[in-house]
Amino acid sequence: MFLQVNTLSVRMQNEIIEVFNEVLANDAVQSAVLISSKPGCFIAGADINMIQACNTSEEVTKLSQEGQKMFERIEKSPKPIVAAINGSCLGGGLEFAIACQYRVATKSKKTVLGTPEVMLGLLPGAGGTQRLPKMVGIPGAFDMMLTGRNIKADKAKKMGLVHQLVDPLGPGLKSPEERTIEYLEEVAIQCARGIVHKKILLTKKKGMMQKVQDYVMGIAFVRQQIYKNVNGKVMKMSKGLYPAPLKIIESVKAGLEQGPDSGYLAEAQNFGKLAMTSESNALIGLYHGQVACKKNRFGVPERPVKNLAILGAGLMGAGIAQVTVDKGIHTVLKDTTVEGLSRGQQQVYKGLNDKIKKKAITSFERDSTLSSLTGQLDYSGFEKADMVIEAVFEDINIKHRVIKEVEAVIPPHCIFATNTSALPIKDIAAASMRPEKVIGMHYFSPVDKMQLLEIITTDKTSKDTTASAVAVGLKQGKVIIVVGDGPGFYTTRCLAPMLAEAVRVLQEGVNPKKLDALTTGFGFPVGAATLADEVGIDVAAHVAEDLGKAFGSRFGGGNVDVLKTMVERGFKGRKSGKGCYVYTPGLKSKDVNPDIDDLLEKFKLTPNPSVSSDSDVQYRLVSRFVNEAVMCLQEGILNGPVEGDIGAVFGLGFPPCLGGPFRFVDTFGADKLVAKMRRYEEVYGNHFTPCQLLLDHAKDSNKRFHK
Amino acid sequence: MRQSLWRGYCVTFRLFSNHRVYGCSLQPVGQNYWITALPTLLIWTTLFVLTDKMASMLMNSLRCCPPVNPAWAVQYATRSLSTSVQLHAQVQTKSKKTLAKPGVKNIVLVEGVRTPFLLSGTTYADLMPHDLARAALQGLLHKTSLPKDAVDYIIYGTVIQEVKTSNVAREASLGAGFSDKIPSHTVTMACISSNVAMTTGVGLITAGQCDTIVAGGVEFMSDVPIRHSRKMRKTMLALNRAKTLGQRLSLIGSIRMAHLTPELPAVAEFSTAETMGHSADRLAAAFGVTRLEQDEFALRSHTLAKQAQDAGLLSDVISFKVPGRDTVAKDNGIRPSSMEQLAKLKPAFIKPHGTVTAANSSFLTDGASAVLIMSEEKALAMGYKPKAYLRDFVFVSQDPKDQLLLGPAYGTPKVLARAGLTMDDIDVFEFHEAFAGQIMANLKALDSDWFAQTYMGRKVKVGAPAMEKFNLWGGSLSLGHPFGATGCRLVTTVAHRLLKEGGQYGLVAACAAGGQVTHYTNTSSYFNVMDRKVILPVCVSGPCDGDRSIPPVEQDSGRTEMMQEKTVYAYTQSGVTPTLSDCTY
Repeated sequence: MFLQVNTLSVRMQNEIIEVFNEVLANDAVQSAVLISSKPGCFIAGADINMIQACNTSEEVTKLSQEGQKMFERIEKSPKPIVAAINGSCLGGGLEFAIACQYRVATKSKKTVLGTPEVMLGLLPGAGGTQRLPKMVGIPGAFDMMLTGRNIKADKAKKMGLVHQLVDPLGPGLKSPEERTIEYLEEVAIQCARGIVHKKILLTKKKGMMQKVQDYVMGIAFVRQQIYKNVNGKVMKMSKGLYPAPLKIIESVKAGLEQGPDSGYLAEAQNFGKLAMTSESNALIGLYHGQVACKKNRFGVPERPVKNLAILGAGLMGAGIAQVTVDKGIHTVLKDTTVEGLSRGQQQVYKGLNDKIKKKAITSFERDSTLSSLTGQLDYSGFEKADMVIEAVFEDINIKHRVIKEVEAVIPPHCIFATNTSALPIKDIAAASMRPEKVIGMHYFSPVDKMQLLEIITTDKTSKDTTASAVAVGLKQGKVIIVVGDGPGFYTTRCLAPMLAEAVRVLQEGVNPKKLDALTTGFGFPVGAATLADEVGIDVAAHVAEDLGKAFGSRFGGGNVDVLKTMVERGFKGRKSGKGCYVYTPGLKSKDVNPDIDDLLEKFKLTPNPSVSSDSDVQYRLVSRFVNEAVMCLQEGILNGPVEGDIGAVFGLGFPPCLGGPFRFVDTFGADKLVAKMRRYEEVYGNHFTPCQLLLDHAKDSNKRFHK
Repeated sequence: MRQSLWRGYCVTFRLFSNHRVYGCSLQPVGQNYWITALPTLLIWTTLFVLTDKMASMLMNSLRCCPPVNPAWAVQYATRSLSTSVQLHAQVQTKSKKTLAKPGVKNIVLVEGVRTPFLLSGTTYADLMPHDLARAALQGLLHKTSLPKDAVDYIIYGTVIQEVKTSNVAREASLGAGFSDKIPSHTVTMACISSNVAMTTGVGLITAGQCDTIVAGGVEFMSDVPIRHSRKMRKTMLALNRAKTLGQRLSLIGSIRMAHLTPELPAVAEFSTAETMGHSADRLAAAFGVTRLEQDEFALRSHTLAKQAQDAGLLSDVISFKVPGRDTVAKDNGIRPSSMEQLAKLKPAFIKPHGTVTAANSSFLTDGASAVLIMSEEKALAMGYKPKAYLRDFVFVSQDPKDQLLLGPAYGTPKVLARAGLTMDDIDVFEFHEAFAGQIMANLKALDSDWFAQTYMGRKVKVGAPAMEKFNLWGGSLSLGHPFGATGCRLVTTVAHRLLKEGGQYGLVAACAAGGQVTHYTNTSSYFNVMDRKVILPVCVSGPCDGDRSIPPVEQDSGRTEMMQEKTVYAYTQSGVTPTLSDCTY
């Protein structure tokens, strides 16, 4: 079997040990170089399946200890081993590399180093928690391990993670990739020889700063303060819902305070414990889901999209332009007014310019990227468009007018995609002369930050149209779920009942800050009240009304008039400066809008104490969300639970530690959830009636969404 | 030495599949070098037969006996000569006898001069760019006895501009005493700026706009513009516009320490933020050019330059009395050293494993050059004996990141195709040497079928130029490289070498690499195929050009004799491959 990336598997471990023994045994060999022959990948990490195949934490601990042993042998090898890194060097791969005596890396964009284990609810379990603090210092090591972020080669050099950098090469007598790897190998061999001949010293002279830093870190009190500080930060960020960061701190602490033996033991045991947690299971599930949603299951489209036109240069339209134009697609941004257009162009420019500040691109790259963006007020050049994405105001009449105007100028093969968050695509397509070319592409705001793209197909949408839309979305770097048509599709439909419940909670006298605390406490990254402000109260009102009409009383809860009154009084959320909160430009902290209390007073409801405990409020919000998600699967809107989980987590911020609504049902137990809902149903009625599929799962505990 | 390199063995293992264990097989590094050096040294079995005498016979027959079939004349001439050199392998004739095109004016290089090229910061240190350019122009006037009003247009190339003399062509030509009625302009295209100046002139003549052009180039690295920071400039400009004392004071008050930091000339390519030397090092690595090869080429350049200087071959250099200083008559950057000394230097750009050092790169240079280009008719009418025809040129450009210095590899096949010639037809090559590594990379690219197929869309390679025809009088590495002036030096050198060596076709190639400090985008390259024929006695009947009737040009019979039947280095396929520095030229 040919794998695209190297992963640390049992087979590979055996192979490494075999070669390593040979290196040690052969007297002619004085040093060795470790390099991957796969372009763009050193070692992408440990094989997740290997960990998932284990049934007990003891098994996983044993795996970890085997890894530790192997790397210890490498570290203590009398013959220097040089790791030559080109491409991703992550997780176990990085732990392997830092066990080597010397590291050389290519300065390519593909070369990234990191310990992403924390994102899978795990910790670096092959000596990472013990070696990293010594190598990059305690704060640096915590930063790497707790955020799991990727570190580029030049940063890694600065941190002391790699010793030497090699520039990627251009065309020569071989392909650039091939020659770059060869060159890396040549340089690594030079280094290996240099170490043997003592031309390269492995112990570097410490600078003044380094000495001071080491001295400070040598004080136990300082270290204690750091642990306390980091622990506090982690608790604040994770609300204690994620065990992995805490175990990482624990393992590092054990190593530094009680010596390496306890450190390695703590690391292996904690690794074993974490591998068995539901959080890790959920996060790994999301990882697999994300990989699955980065593939185009509809095949290769007949014509690749080279020219894309976007209608409407608002926040959405410009955002779509921003993620498209730097992918080599010629992009036309059309608006109806010069002001609107310039605002949109400025947004795209700013997005690219911010990347320069982060040193992700050069100003030259920005300029050449912007050369493929055309801003215009008319339909000129639309005859060349392969796809048109409209992002105009959410009004069916405007959308109909636009589709007619556009279809008059675009070529026959051109796809018409509509960016709407709630209007059914078939209603929009009703105005089209060729409904097979009409598709929904629901982006999330801000487009450049939100990873999800929800693609909506109608019964008439052709397979090629879908394939093309998915291909464009993937190019834009999106995680994609493809769902069926219906009011609110999948994401908006799940969100609407939760927001309706949130409004009711507010009406019942819960303060917006408290509401936010309850939702974030459950694991949502953004509180419900803040979310409403971000989405826009007007949009929320609009959606609530639309979906209320479509789904009837089931979507009730809070009074829609609360939202409407807020809109009337100008509280449209962040964009208008006031919503549930007051937003002052330049200020990060926000205060509750003082006027909102009077307003809520008018719509006050008396809470029923039997379902109003903090926990009940949380489950009222979540159960409606989850129930609606399961109903989407039941009705065939969703293709499967994986896409449902990915859509909820990446589009709506469903708690990642729960892995999405479907995994939540599996872990929490459908029967327990149904029991809770029945209790709420008694008080509030059909808002909480569990759907059939959920009831089926509740009846049969063997039924699971995820195997 | 080989043993010491291999005292430590190395094992490389590759993950998963095919782990390669090597080092045990003991392939000495030294041997490696021989293998990689091979492609750059072509094996030639070619002889030169088209000598001046033959050419003159040919031309004679053409000019004097129009009824004679020229093809016959060629055959005859060739045969008679080839018999006399039968011992030297087989005879090869040129693909084409002349590159003259019907209906296109012949354009000739009448003369070319340059000031000595000096390391920047030495004797020229206190001058200004136009002083150097003026010296070159005066030298040209002196050497050609050209009337000061006989020029139609003057064009100069430069890279780093002195702000005060942004049209340096105009300032220099006025100062040199040219008529103020002669228009002049300045062009820039990094290291090939003076090539652009020449081709602009060629264009003006071809278009029938002009007959007589002075083109040249100047670069002055002893002084470069260093600006105030953008913030400071902004404040100073605002200060200019301020109306009241209060406004002025508040502006002055807004100046902070940070504003005072000057903006040094960028050492990096604007588009990629990469320095030229860094790019050259990567290019050398991409083509597997070793440090040894680069050092050998650098040494060759300096050795050949020294030989040429000592033999008085660099006749384009004029002496220049620098005001307040001595008279300068020689280039001062030629420093033949030893391989041991070169090997001691540390890499200058990519540390610690890079291969480009200060010694195998061209250095910062001050200098100026000038050439006189005319239509053939005009030159003859004015009584000049032109040195060479300027026949064809091509500019190409490619990716400024990974192929910044690879222009010659792309341009050479193109210009040869345009002219209908092959590599073998060319007798004299002059390539601009920005870095030894860059030259070696280009030679390897020219000699690679894979590169030709993958990147140039060609079926086969054109081959690398023969080293025994290549930069025989030194190059930019040793003579120096004043960015704006190098192009004219290359063209003049080709003409002089063709005359000296008796060849017919010459080829100039230059990558627009700015050396170490230019901040210009350099993606173009310039090529020129030159075609030199001895100018024969031509009877000019009647007034030729206006009021100047010109006497017939005399043939320099002595020189023609001198160049008879010159054989050029035949490498036999005996398998012995000399290294670059071994070649005796």
